[in-house]
Amino acid sequence: MAATTPQQRVGWGFANLFAIALALIPVLWIVSLSFKTSAAITDPSFIPSQWTWANYSGILTTSTFIRPLLNSIGIGLISTFIAVVFASMAAYAVARLRFPGKALLIGLSLLIAMFPAIALATPLFNIERILGLFDTWPGLIIPYVATGLPLGIYTLSAFFREIPWELEKAAKVDGATPFQAFVRVIAPLAAPGMVTTAILVFLYCWNDFLFAITLTSTTRARTAPAAMGFFTGNSQFQVPTGSISAAAVVITIPIIIFVLFFQRRIVAGLTSGAVKG
Amino acid sequence: MTTTTPPVTAQEPRAPGRRRRARASEGAREERRLGWLLCAPAVIVMLAVTAYPIGYAIYLSLQRYILSAPQLTKFVGFANYGAVLSSPFWWHALWVTLVITIVSVAIELVLGMLLALLMYRTIFGRGTVRTAVLIPYGIVTIVAAFSWQYAWTPSTGYLSALFNNSAPLTKTGTAVAIIILAEVWKTTPFMALLLMAGLSLVPEDLLKAARVDGASGWQRFWRITVPLMKPAILVALLFRTLDAFRIFDNIFILTGGTNGTGSVSILNYDNLFTGFNFGIGSAMSILIMIAVAIIAIIFIKGFGTAAPGTDISR
Repeated sequence: MAATTPQQRVGWGFANLFAIALALIPVLWIVSLSFKTSAAITDPSFIPSQWTWANYSGILTTSTFIRPLLNSIGIGLISTFIAVVFASMAAYAVARLRFPGKALLIGLSLLIAMFPAIALATPLFNIERILGLFDTWPGLIIPYVATGLPLGIYTLSAFFREIPWELEKAAKVDGATPFQAFVRVIAPLAAPGMVTTAILVFLYCWNDFLFAITLTSTTRARTAPAAMGFFTGNSQFQVPTGSISAAAVVITIPIIIFVLFFQRRIVAGLTSGAVKG
Repeated sequence: MTTTTPPVTAQEPRAPGRRRRARASEGAREERRLGWLLCAPAVIVMLAVTAYPIGYAIYLSLQRYILSAPQLTKFVGFANYGAVLSSPFWWHALWVTLVITIVSVAIELVLGMLLALLMYRTIFGRGTVRTAVLIPYGIVTIVAAFSWQYAWTPSTGYLSALFNNSAPLTKTGTAVAIIILAEVWKTTPFMALLLMAGLSLVPEDLLKAARVDGASGWQRFWRITVPLMKPAILVALLFRTLDAFRIFDNIFILTGGTNGTGSVSILNYDNLFTGFNFGIGSAMSILIMIAVAIIAIIFIKGFGTAAPGTDISR
């Protein structure tokens, strides 16, 4: 980079601030709403005149939010775990092995990645009712694994292509079977890519709304975003703005923490698959 | 991101002699078996959740099948498709979806490019900008949608207050504009990250050489950066177009599809879970699938977008 003039520094500084402000304002607005008293909700000022924790204590003491929150965490973690395990196996094969049908696998996952989820909602709703999976954890985990897999396979095969494979060969020379070479040598090297993939898949599950509202009906399996979509006030005419805002902040905190800690990894994960073509 | 991929190593050295050849093919067979074995779980899950349900949806779409009136169920051929395709609601929803898709992807491309250049070129605070920009990407869509909805609600929202306490979500045109705003805010970072990866493919030397030759910044951008980034731009556009076409969450929260703001996904949802008309709903699902396929074909055949994973773009 050439030497910079003070004007350039100011210019980039303003551009940075502008981008950061645009990214944060809607988030800060919902944080502000979550701290407003129910009387002050009708006051459109950006900063609450009176701060209250009432909205948080409200939602954190009701099972209509706590249970969906636990569902979200449990379903998200289990789906992510299964998807990452299956995706690493497939991605290893794609990046490393020669076998017929590889193009078919890539085609299939591409197809699923681009698939309109609503088109799956109808048949899955019916099939899951017949199989007794409707409104259960597995009833959401299975679709999440299936629709999270393409993302996982892409990201991981991009990471796997960059692993120094001579090490695997060395392990094989030392007498390891291909499977042992995979588990003992390659898997530890692949761990960073797997962590990144896990974050992306978890964010995907955490974010989902459509499957969560169509494949569940009660708090048994309904996830937090879906539950929020159906929050009601104490009376028919009361809009639960404060509760929804507090719930929104609660489910946003893990994302912010993820992003703060894993910024580099998320960027690398999102871009690796795409550029490689 | 741009590190060179290791060259594909020759699997087995070509060697004369029968014994060596026999061992090589044995190895190849083992490799093939391992490949299939490793892919099997992923393929089984993906097929179970997609292929079978799609087949089932095609079957349902040929039936009259209303959940609340199962005794009326019978085979009706393509009547459901006829009903959908002759319904003004379908065409209106398709129109709304196309408007949202085209306008939001166009805006995202411009803003995403600016943001990508900012993240790539900014002199200081790069990490902070990238972290801040990832928040819209990571945040739950409906959380952002609620934030926009409340911001535009009269006597609650700061944005509504800014515009004379107006209620833009109750009118079709302004409501669609806000849906596009919410969509653009949420997904521009994703577009920007994909474009930033493309920017890193442009050799710095080439830009420097052009600068020495007297090319302006504008010329360098259009004559060097954009042509070299074209594959990355097309992949980003393909991803985002297909994603925007299935828009659901934002509309569900912002307007619920009222006042003629429903997309095809919203219309489909209403038919399924409010009307419980699974025959019509399934026909609509199949039509949405066909629309998505047409968009993908236009991109891949028309613009020559390399399908991700096929390694053509390299």
